[in-house]
Amino acid sequence: MSSTQTLTFARAITEGLRASLESDDKVMLMGEDIGRLGGVFRVTDGLQKDFGEARVVDTPLAESGILGTAIGLALRGYRPVCEIQFDGFVFPAYDQITTQLAKMRYRSRGRVEVPVVIRIPYGGGIGAVEHHSESPEALFAHTAGLRVVSPATPQDAYDMMRAAIASPDPVLFFEPKGRYWSKADVALGGPVPDGVLDSARVARTGDDVTLVAYGPTVATALKAADALAAEGTSAEVVDLRAISPIDVTAVAESVCRTGRCVVVHEAPSFLGVGAEIAARVSDECFYALEAPVQRVAGFHAPYPVAKLEHEYLPSVDRVLDAVDRALAY
Amino acid sequence: MKIDATGGNDVAAADVTPLVQLVAPDGSRVVDDAGAGLRERVARLTTADLRAMYRDMVLTRRFDDEATALQRQGELALYAQSRGQEAAQVGSAHALAPQDYVFPSYREHGVLHVRGVDPVDRLRLYRGEDHGGWDPNEHNVHLYTLVIGSHALHATGYAMGIQRDGLVGTGDAGRDAAVVTYFGDGATSQGDVNEALVFAAVNNAPVVFFCQNNQWAISEPTTKQSRVPIYKRGEGFGVPSVRVDGNDVLACYAVAAEALERAHSGGGPTFVEAYTYRMGAHTTSDDPSRYRDRAEEEHWRRRDPVERLEALLRAEDGWDETWAADLQAEADAYGERLRDGVRALGAPPAETMFDHVYGTEHAQVAAEQKWFREYEAATAGEEVAR
Repeated sequence: MSSTQTLTFARAITEGLRASLESDDKVMLMGEDIGRLGGVFRVTDGLQKDFGEARVVDTPLAESGILGTAIGLALRGYRPVCEIQFDGFVFPAYDQITTQLAKMRYRSRGRVEVPVVIRIPYGGGIGAVEHHSESPEALFAHTAGLRVVSPATPQDAYDMMRAAIASPDPVLFFEPKGRYWSKADVALGGPVPDGVLDSARVARTGDDVTLVAYGPTVATALKAADALAAEGTSAEVVDLRAISPIDVTAVAESVCRTGRCVVVHEAPSFLGVGAEIAARVSDECFYALEAPVQRVAGFHAPYPVAKLEHEYLPSVDRVLDAVDRALAY
Repeated sequence: MKIDATGGNDVAAADVTPLVQLVAPDGSRVVDDAGAGLRERVARLTTADLRAMYRDMVLTRRFDDEATALQRQGELALYAQSRGQEAAQVGSAHALAPQDYVFPSYREHGVLHVRGVDPVDRLRLYRGEDHGGWDPNEHNVHLYTLVIGSHALHATGYAMGIQRDGLVGTGDAGRDAAVVTYFGDGATSQGDVNEALVFAAVNNAPVVFFCQNNQWAISEPTTKQSRVPIYKRGEGFGVPSVRVDGNDVLACYAVAAEALERAHSGGGPTFVEAYTYRMGAHTTSDDPSRYRDRAEEEHWRRRDPVERLEALLRAEDGWDETWAADLQAEADAYGERLRDGVRALGAPPAETMFDHVYGTEHAQVAAEQKWFREYEAATAGEEVAR
């Protein structure tokens, strides 16, 4: 049954989880405080009550243990969805994710698979304490064998979650926690749309400059595009959705047309997703470029204290400044 | 239980920890009160059963010797010997039911032998021809894991899956399933092994943690890992724990069988410390003469697990010279087959490095594979500078 409801971003993820739990009894959720509490962000609210403690599991407080046992469960035929409570707490599980989860299919020559989804609330802007506002997605995108995605809208959150759980590959699912309370209409039910895990989405069309963003910065880029439109500049916004793989074709199609590219992400610019985009754009659009690719990103400093985070995070003004630089070439 | 001052390294020399032993180093049966239940388990074993264990231990040692020689000849990149640990591996593996699942580290050649994993396939990893080498689901043996202790968590998760499948405590010996994970003394210091014990304990998971304490983690003795006997670490998690003489194949069999029975019936995890000795080097790249003395090696050589079972068979009229000669001939043929099989392994086609990275197409891999294919075609026949 399909229906359309106005949902918060967080609730859209809940509905994606619920739909997957209903359609496949091998799907299970694991994490800290995800049961009776419903998770610290309430994304799993009510699911343990509806699906039981064997399928919505409050785990011991040990991230490597969560991922390592999820791998074992996946080898036994289950489809675990693991919640990491906050971005900065994924690192105890980094070894299991990169040395074990990512390589299991490869080292078995396809004889086994480990369809594990790892949900990570990430990004800043919520006034949190240390380790609660980071953007470690590039660290995972650098590892072959993992898919890395980040939705920017409630509809994509719902669809991409269902697609991630159905995928035979491990998926790092980065949830922009600053967007959890944003609302939109979401079409529920119906088949999972094709390609949501590996294709970009044009969030706004334009002719003069391409803004490439994903997750939390798509909203920033759209606001910047509004401001640019008021000044007479037409900006296209490409929402990557996936950063492993990156939909280079979609980015190049846009940039070869606009001649200018500004990449916006919260993670540090140094060796980040923007660097890869710049390299690929220079490959694909060299003769069409009117300016070097600009990056608006976090700095090469640890994520700062909450009182300074709005100076650290890409803002609309910083995006406009980068567009100005691109236009001035 | 027998108080056994085994000697070995500094800690072992002073170690008077109780140890389950059913056969003494001279091949005589140990009779004490504590081991009664375990003795009952081995009393059911026939001479044919004991000979089967002996055969498996002899062939495992032959595998070890052949693989070591193949490495010296340049046929293998590396090899990790199991010499000295045959009783712990073969004994515990004989206790497994077909539906049980094994998560080995990388030295469990005796376990894999008993489970029927092809010996040539077992050397593909060490040949540098494959990162795995066999189908884990064919013999219910997962691939070797080189990141120390990581697989203890996979074993625990797998056991949690068995619970969810409703295959614990059914009362049907042909259905009840469990998991055994093998690791060493060094691994007990890893966070993953400790987390595995936490997860197994709170979930009452059907998993046996089978730790072969072979006294050495490359060059570091157990004193660098723990200030209590290793099996005590299991107790702290609320997991029933026991130290067994790892060079006594019957004791290892009985202790593993008891632990598996507990797991199958819904009694949860067990931690077994099989107290043994790595008679060889850590791997063919290692040089134990730099860190341990000959007296210690000699001490353990006199406790050789294969010789102990031979002594038992001889003491109990289970030895037969014709049978022994046949086994020797079988080992020779086995060695020849192994040598030929390993030498016949080639290198996989270069393009296979892109296979199975993902289960569905990934644009990055596809693009690089395409580039590589074209590059290879364009440079075919040219001399390659490396």
